[in-house]
Amino acid sequence: MARILSKRALTSVTKLFVVEAPLIAAAARPGQFVIVRVREDGERIPLTIADYDADRGEITIVVQEVGVTTRLLGALDEGDDILDMVGPLGSAPEIEPGGHVVGVGGGFGAAALLCLMRDLTERGAPTTAIIGARDKGLLILTDELRAVCSHLELCTDDGSAGFKGLVTERLQQLIDGDGEGDGPGRPDRVLAIGPMPMMRAVADTTHDAGIETLVSMDPLMIDGTGMCGGCRITVGDEVKFACVDGPFFDAHQVDFDEAVRRNRMYADMENQAAERQALECQASAGAA
Amino acid sequence: MPVKRIDKTPMRQRDAGVRAHDFLEVNEGYDLSRAMFEAERCLRCQDAVCVDGCPVRIPIPEFIHAIAAGDMAEAASILRGANPLPAICGRVCPQETQCEELCHMNNRFSAAAIGHLERFVADWERDQPANDGARKPWRDEKIAVIGSGPAGLVCAGQLVDMGYPVTVYEALHAPGGVLRYGIPEFRLPNAILDWEIDVLRQRGVEIVTNVIVGKTIALDDLLNDMGFAAAFIGTGAGLPRFLGIPGENLNGVFSANEFLTRINLMRAYDFPVADTPMKVGKRVAVIGAGNTAMDTVRSSMRMGAEKGLIVYRRSETEMTARIEEYHHAIEEGVEFHWLTNPIEVLGNDEGWVTGLKCQVMELGEPDESGRARPVPVAGSEFVIEVDNVVLSIGTTPNPLLLQSTPGLETDRWGCLVADQEFGRTTRPRIYAGGDVVTGAATVILAAGAGKSAAQSIHRDLSAANEAGAGQMTIKATAPPSA
Ligand SMILES: Cc1cc2nc3c(=O)[nH]c(=O)nc-3n(C[C@H](O)[C@H](O)[C@H](O)COP(=O)(O)OP(=O)(O)OC[C@H]3O[C@@H](n4cnc5c(N)ncnc54)[C@H](O)[C@@H]3O)c2cc1C
Ligand SMILES: Cc1cc2nc3c(=O)[nH]c(=O)nc-3n(C[C@H](O)[C@H](O)[C@H](O)COP(=O)(O)OP(=O)(O)OC[C@H]3O[C@@H](n4cnc5c(N)ncnc54)[C@H](O)[C@@H]3O)c2cc1C
Ligand code: SF4
Ligand code: SF4
Ligand code: FES
Repeated sequence: MARILSKRALTSVTKLFVVEAPLIAAAARPGQFVIVRVREDGERIPLTIADYDADRGEITIVVQEVGVTTRLLGALDEGDDILDMVGPLGSAPEIEPGGHVVGVGGGFGAAALLCLMRDLTERGAPTTAIIGARDKGLLILTDELRAVCSHLELCTDDGSAGFKGLVTERLQQLIDGDGEGDGPGRPDRVLAIGPMPMMRAVADTTHDAGIETLVSMDPLMIDGTGMCGGCRITVGDEVKFACVDGPFFDAHQVDFDEAVRRNRMYADMENQAAERQALECQASAGAA
Repeated sequence: MPVKRIDKTPMRQRDAGVRAHDFLEVNEGYDLSRAMFEAERCLRCQDAVCVDGCPVRIPIPEFIHAIAAGDMAEAASILRGANPLPAICGRVCPQETQCEELCHMNNRFSAAAIGHLERFVADWERDQPANDGARKPWRDEKIAVIGSGPAGLVCAGQLVDMGYPVTVYEALHAPGGVLRYGIPEFRLPNAILDWEIDVLRQRGVEIVTNVIVGKTIALDDLLNDMGFAAAFIGTGAGLPRFLGIPGENLNGVFSANEFLTRINLMRAYDFPVADTPMKVGKRVAVIGAGNTAMDTVRSSMRMGAEKGLIVYRRSETEMTARIEEYHHAIEEGVEFHWLTNPIEVLGNDEGWVTGLKCQVMELGEPDESGRARPVPVAGSEFVIEVDNVVLSIGTTPNPLLLQSTPGLETDRWGCLVADQEFGRTTRPRIYAGGDVVTGAATVILAAGAGKSAAQSIHRDLSAANEAGAGQMTIKATAPPSA
């Protein structure tokens, strides 16, 4: 059981929670995740630890509502308990010190970059975060990220904030070095967190330039301890369990086709469950 | 007086045609008259060799005699004295290779139905009013138990009975280990497990779920900062093996652990009332022939598969499943492909399983395990059409805790090194037992290991107290008058 200490809506479908979890906060490292369950008979879902404070015994999670469990979680409020929370799981990414590290985030990935970038900056690396969204209103945690990176680059599809275009287009500019001159400069290492298509595009962008790149893989998970093998992904010619061997892997070695296909394994059943949830919502709204 | 009847008194079972489609328990147990009838078959041998076959040495003739005499309370107390999980072991022990294998009745008739009788007594006990709850622990040394499978639960139960405050840490959201996530409802109903765990809680065992020792807390922090005097590791052998054949990551290929966890722990059979989905196609091939494989194939039929198949590279003789489960699987229509070795999983354009390519094997010379080594027959490849492939080819201990704790030695199979008699690991104050030490074995062996480790923890702590009695820090350890 983990008590929600505060809640903030970052967008209409993205919620930030500060949660009381002293043991997890004390053990957490940047890039690790937790697994939560929000009701009896509920699913176990993985969520990145966006931030943690060992002294206060708190962790921050940011959840994007995409299906049944994330919506149930998003509906919880300050003072509510999250039924089960276990972690920290996975390992922090291994990033050699030195060089310019660029973190690319999409969706909840911007939140996941928070403590990763702070940690790198504190260790003395020049850091840039590139985060993107459809429009300005959907960009999340910009102030928080600006505070922990040497540079923050915003990208919007419609140009309502920062660069007009995709995060990978801006990344390409940094690689090509044809920025404005006062820009952050060419990346030595790249870290990408977000939707699979974005991570894959980042991998493609940095591949030819030969820039070392890590992606945070998000396969379906159950236990998060290496017990089920449901989270397996192929990296090079090896099969890895993302929950214990990852979630960070060499972007240029990951078999994205397989990862995307495996994540869609239950798509039809997930839709069925979401429809059922919508009906229940309507029914209870009608009754109220 | 013992009565010579040839056959075991049969236990009622639900009809195979019906039970193969639901998750309700297959066996219905004895009623009182059948139990007393069967109890009379036991010869009460002077040399009760059956006891040698039981890893926890239940005084078998004594408890059976109590049943024959109609004294169930006495039978229950004899049983519990030796085995803290009788309702579970009566259901899942491989009796035919343990107690019942050695029973003298086997010489001319069939063995006394020790397992059935054990189950009967435990179920009788479950119907009795609960007793008056826990005594407060009367010793100061706190003990941490890591893992809530049979090894951890039994160790914890024994230690609270000896007066120690005990905390069990469990990685998952529900306690029980394989008893919860592995063995299905139709063999071991959750209600039984919940009851056994409730009994332990009433006796004073504290169970903390959602804590992965080695991740959430380091084992050394438990010992050094959190004041635990000793720790018992009962983390099992939960890491699934894969074959490494092409196509293993296709959609529709699972480890038995994932398959059974989705169904048992996450209750996927109740989707969409329960939130975790599980996709089972028309034809399911399960690779392997142990208890896990039988549970998986029979579960697949209960999840709607029209055909469940066992694919095994050795023959029926080398199969390791309990014989009763094998018979039940046959009755339920499972198809067995012996001497059949899978070499590739085939899939369609969308990446879903369509078939399993196999080769025929023949038995050659015995291998290291003493079993005949299967060798492929040249040119014998063929394809079985299936929608799912589930791998049930064994598990190894999870390295999470072992690797994060310095000084713990493991062997070349990744099993934690601990002496079998006392459960002592290569580090003082750390004990271990069950599958994490032996590799995947049985419930009763894990329970037995938990019990002996509890005794050696008590012995070692007492010895340390006596040795340190000069510079006393430890307070009186006498039990309060009950
Ligand atoms: C290591 C890790 C860290 C993660 N961190 C975060 C985080 O910080 N914030 C956050 O909002 N989400 C995070 N996710 C993704 C999150 O776990 C999924 O969104 C969640 O499991 C969906 O559950 P649901 O019941 O709401 O939706 P479902 O009904 O299960 O699915 C709805 C839709 O989401 C897709 N989906 C389901 N599970 C996943 C998944 N694991 N990854 C990608 N797509 C999925 C489905 O294909 C479907 O289209 C993380 C995933 C992993 C593996
Ligand atoms: C499907 C199946 C069917 C079986 N059928 C039979 C049968 O019919 N008869 C029989 O005798 N045996 C059977 N077995 C074998 C038997 O279940 C096991 O031998 C027994 O459960 C082992 O007990 P254990 O306590 O050592 O470990 P487990 O039961 O594996 O329990 C270990 C527990 O420790 C937890 N854990 C692991 N790591 C950590 C950590 N770092 N921190 C906290 N907790 C942790 C796990 O989550 C788990 O709950 C079967 C096994 C399976 C998988
Ligand atoms: S615990 Fe198992 S081996 Fe021992 S008597 Fe009972 S059924 Fe037989
Ligand atoms: S060996 Fe068989 S007959 Fe003899 S005491 Fe044991 S159970 Fe009874
Ligand atoms: S989530 Fe089960 S092994 Fe990774």
